[in-house]
Amino acid sequence: MVNPFNQCKDLHLKPWQCPPLLFILMGLITIMAMLATYFIASRYESPVILVSSVSLVTIIIMTIGYFVVQGVSQIVELNQMKTEFVAIASHQLRTPLTSLGWTTGALEKTDMNSKQKELLLAIKESHQRMVELVNNLLNVSRIEQGKIKLIKEKFSVNKLIKETIKEFSSLAKARNVKIKLIETIDELPLRADKEKIRIIISNIINNAILYSKAQGKIKISLKKNLISIKDNGVGIPKEQQKLIFEKFFRSDNILKRQTQGTGLGLYIAKALVESHKGKIWFKSKENQGTTFYIKLKN
Amino acid sequence: MKRILFIEDEQSLQKILGNRLEQEGFEVSSALDGEIGLKLAKEKNPELILLDLVLPKKDGFQVLAELKADSKTKNIPVIVLTNLESGTDIQKILELGATTYLVKANYKLEDIVEKIKQSCQ
Repeated sequence: MVNPFNQCKDLHLKPWQCPPLLFILMGLITIMAMLATYFIASRYESPVILVSSVSLVTIIIMTIGYFVVQGVSQIVELNQMKTEFVAIASHQLRTPLTSLGWTTGALEKTDMNSKQKELLLAIKESHQRMVELVNNLLNVSRIEQGKIKLIKEKFSVNKLIKETIKEFSSLAKARNVKIKLIETIDELPLRADKEKIRIIISNIINNAILYSKAQGKIKISLKKNLISIKDNGVGIPKEQQKLIFEKFFRSDNILKRQTQGTGLGLYIAKALVESHKGKIWFKSKENQGTTFYIKLKN
Repeated sequence: MKRILFIEDEQSLQKILGNRLEQEGFEVSSALDGEIGLKLAKEKNPELILLDLVLPKKDGFQVLAELKADSKTKNIPVIVLTNLESGTDIQKILELGATTYLVKANYKLEDIVEKIKQSCQ
């Protein structure tokens, strides 16, 4: 649990705007008030004094309570704004990205020498990475605002896995990694949001490829409604395993030349699995590889 | 010659897609805001309307609603080409009567042209 006092510091809230501090202060005052009331009641018999002292204490507590509520509202509002900002910025970024993508598409159709084609390919790759990043950020902001909508349909997971493997064939080839669906046993009919399940599987395969060692092998198997994706890559060090699903977290246990990746893939995958009421977990050993498991409800 | 009306405020996108569609043999009219879009839809009576959602003067939702309310324009198929992507936007647009909803940033130029050609058949 994040230290709440640090959270107030990060958000630049003053002490009287910081709910946890005020809450503790309120607690102390309540205890002192009860003790004081007890002593006053036992010393003075006049009900007026008792009532006044209790009223006074109540007013003090309500005032502090008001500041607590204000502080909490401010934190909530700042959080909202943060998420909305990501959504707005991502939409704004999509306009020049679209223009870039369509222009390079038009350029491709013109006559070019091989040097120009090479440079154009580099532009296309950067563009594609930006599109993915913006899409990831938008997905994250939607997840945080609780706006995931599931469009459910019946489809074959076996078929989806095969399609996804095909989509990754060029990246896998470039990295000298082989991906195979090694077995399907008793596949259960699944009714889910096909595109979201595709994203989940894609994100895990993407990681498996990026974190592979030389001559990597990725083995995928489907048993009933449990998908497992096993790689023989660099694995996840034990002390990083509990952070693996966090936003923007990237394990540094990779060959240092790797710079791609945003640290959002697993965060998104987990949120999408859970929105389907499913479960996602993994087993990993440093230098030996990682296996991810996804269990889906039907 | 098939007539297409492209309602989009981004000049660069108007130019790129417009040129490409003209290469394919379409006659393309451009509107840079929602009001001009509605005006041209009634004047030119296009066979297909490409509509962005974030527009000055009148936004895409309003334009679509008015297109479908006017007997002159209600039968023209509308493809929404936008970068907005919330589930509620998509649902609203389909309810208002759009034929298709495409997120521009996720499609290559060729694929959009292909979809447009399919809708015109």
